[in-house]
Amino acid sequence: MADIRSNFLGIKSPNPYWLASAPPTDKKYNVLRAFEAGWGGVVWKTLGSQVKNVSSRYSAVDFNGGRMMGFNNIELISDRPLDINLKEIAECIKLFPDRALVVSLMADNDKKSWHELIKKVEDTGAHGLELNFGCPHGMTERGMGAAVGQDPDIACMVVEWVMEAANIPVITKLTPNVHSVVPTGRSVVKAGTNALSLINTIQSVTGVDLDTLVPNPYVAGKSVFGGYCGPAVKPIALKFLTTIAQDELTKTVPVSGIGGVSTWKDAVEFMLLGASNVQVCTAAMKYGFRIIDDLCDGLNNWMDEKGFNTLDDFIGKSVDTITHWEDLDINYHHIAKINQDKCIHCGLCYIACEDTSHQSINIHLYVPFSWQHFME
Amino acid sequence: MIENNRLSKEQYEENFADIHPPFENITAAKVDANRCLFCYDAPCTKSCPTEIDVPKFIKQISTENIKGSAKTIFSSNIMGAGCSKVCPVEKLCEGACVYNLLEEEPIPIAKLQRYSTEIAMEKNWQLFERKQSTGKKVAIVGAGPAGLSCAHALSREGIDCTIYEKESKGGGLMTYGIAAYKVTPQFCEDEVNYILSIGGIEIKYNQELGKDVTLAQLKKEYDAVYLGIGVGVARQLDIPGENLEGVVDAINFIYDISAKGYSTVPVGDKVAVIGMGMTAIDAATQAKCLGAKEVTMLYRRTQEEMPCTEVELNIAKKDGCKIVWLASPQKIKGAQKKVKQLVCSVMKLGEPDVSGRRSPVDTGETFTLDVDMVIKAAGQVPFEKLIKKYNLDNKYGKLIIDNNCATNIKGVFAGGDAVNGGKEVVDAVQAGKDGAFSILKYLGVKN
Repeated sequence: MADIRSNFLGIKSPNPYWLASAPPTDKKYNVLRAFEAGWGGVVWKTLGSQVKNVSSRYSAVDFNGGRMMGFNNIELISDRPLDINLKEIAECIKLFPDRALVVSLMADNDKKSWHELIKKVEDTGAHGLELNFGCPHGMTERGMGAAVGQDPDIACMVVEWVMEAANIPVITKLTPNVHSVVPTGRSVVKAGTNALSLINTIQSVTGVDLDTLVPNPYVAGKSVFGGYCGPAVKPIALKFLTTIAQDELTKTVPVSGIGGVSTWKDAVEFMLLGASNVQVCTAAMKYGFRIIDDLCDGLNNWMDEKGFNTLDDFIGKSVDTITHWEDLDINYHHIAKINQDKCIHCGLCYIACEDTSHQSINIHLYVPFSWQHFME
Repeated sequence: MIENNRLSKEQYEENFADIHPPFENITAAKVDANRCLFCYDAPCTKSCPTEIDVPKFIKQISTENIKGSAKTIFSSNIMGAGCSKVCPVEKLCEGACVYNLLEEEPIPIAKLQRYSTEIAMEKNWQLFERKQSTGKKVAIVGAGPAGLSCAHALSREGIDCTIYEKESKGGGLMTYGIAAYKVTPQFCEDEVNYILSIGGIEIKYNQELGKDVTLAQLKKEYDAVYLGIGVGVARQLDIPGENLEGVVDAINFIYDISAKGYSTVPVGDKVAVIGMGMTAIDAATQAKCLGAKEVTMLYRRTQEEMPCTEVELNIAKKDGCKIVWLASPQKIKGAQKKVKQLVCSVMKLGEPDVSGRRSPVDTGETFTLDVDMVIKAAGQVPFEKLIKKYNLDNKYGKLIIDNNCATNIKGVFAGGDAVNGGKEVVDAVQAGKDGAFSILKYLGVKN
């Protein structure tokens, strides 16, 4: 059996799976259930000033009969009183001392507020802080969340305030709602953040209801842009992750990978592209905490099969394989392998080639089963 | 003993429940619709006699365009709703589905087709617009699948159609000859009404050709005539005892069950069914459903040559019907004019006959079954007398038509079972379309 224990900036967890800052980590009851199920750690849902949520605040995108290819939300940071959250955090740490408990923060945009909030959270015994510079809705209008993450200078300033007060590791969470995450990443690394996490959700409209003509989620006849997540965002998250893993400055700090991680395979891909651990939310919201079993089991079996003993043996292993286009081998040829014995006569190779490619396949029409002929 | 009212109302309902229950909602339908690969030049379409664009209508279900899906189906097959319930899809579209080659369950095409067409009928969607009347009039004989399909196709083009039907209901064998657990009389009536809702089609019921109306009259009063008269009389066994009480014709038996109500139809304790076609299966299984204790199906050839599909055979087997291969009825023995025993010859297979199937040869051995009812389902024969009376070219009573669906009499066209001797509903629907196409050419409405 491979060793899947994770050590992120000294924050230890029995596996590299943390629940991301989101509804599943909103209160003690859920967090204890997650720990009982076997999750390695949680990032407690963002604490800050008191807010009030709207309803509804979620919507999903289905694809070809599959439920929830992507998911978006217009939920704000924790809407529970701060003192209750702090009390419950302390209780969770006591009950499960072997798990990682990181707290997500989004204080009002002044130094004093950040310092006060950090002090209170550190008093709970939390293992780390995650700065929410990514929330794309609701908080940005108040100069917080993505409004901070989208401006490298403001992000730098806030991280400097945080580092003055923090005695535990600080992870800065980046927003993908920028053309590149590298400028903000570099800026906050310079300001002293101990680690990065990415991506937060992507601004989106998941769809328009064809009866009401109002986009989702529907709130009394109106909607707003929501933060998109789930399997659909994984390719985008992997790209942003790679840019951070390849930059000379940002690659000096560990990264917690987030964005559509649903299976152990997704997690391995994030780690191969430089993430030291991963955070999960949407998959847990869809299926419950029990998915942790296969997340660990599948990872373990894959590592055994590939001969990796620890996570560090493969973290970042694929980063260098992503290069610039001009460095690709122009003489490399990739040719389809055609096995006529496996043909089921669906005709899809023919029509795809005929309509959208280079007319290399002939078809015998009007016989019970179409036969294709391939030009060499 | 032959008696009716053998079961409770609940037992009847259970026995005759829909054999292929529909999808309950769009979500369920979409699960299967989304499995469809959307094949190009698709085998399912090519194996459908009416060439329904199956991948297209299934894709339309997956996009929740149910109206479009129904129109795709009805454009090719106006009886697409009924066909979704009665087609032997295992040898047509679903049998050709490419998933079979992957050793996977084929797409449930019939069930999906039923989903769209039932909604269309329920909501009475008017999917076709009749062109302005051309003033041309066509008489159609027979309101079965061929006649209705022909009438609908003609009416769309602005032809005024009058259908002469000898029974008091439309639908033909769909209404009169198919098991009640596949289609109900109410459904058949709804389907006929839905087809007629395009307008321009009048059905005159209880009007039999050769009795209430003559071909000469029709030729005189109309611009063209289409004969979709089907096949009628059940093939006689021509054996002693055929007139005993308890010997019935499968089509009549099936009709009574659908039309008169389950409890009114008498059935024996021990029933023998002669034949192994779809009708034989429908009769045997329904005899069981009515409460017969023992049902034995007799066929003079083997499973290799049987006309029904294996799926159908399995329905009979699951209902507990016994199957005896290589058995040919020789005589029916009776007492007090009632059926008591059926004596059968044991057959063996000889040389192939005209149908290409090996023909049964009598071995000289016999066996006897104790039965009190014999249901004849050895096929139906054409209306030979009627056809000969009108000097219509025929082969053993089956009408002969040319490539334009025309008979030897000018202006008289034909199609369906009357021509092919008895095939599936879907074949008759296509024949009706072909007939309409030829008639439109003949009338100069289309070229």
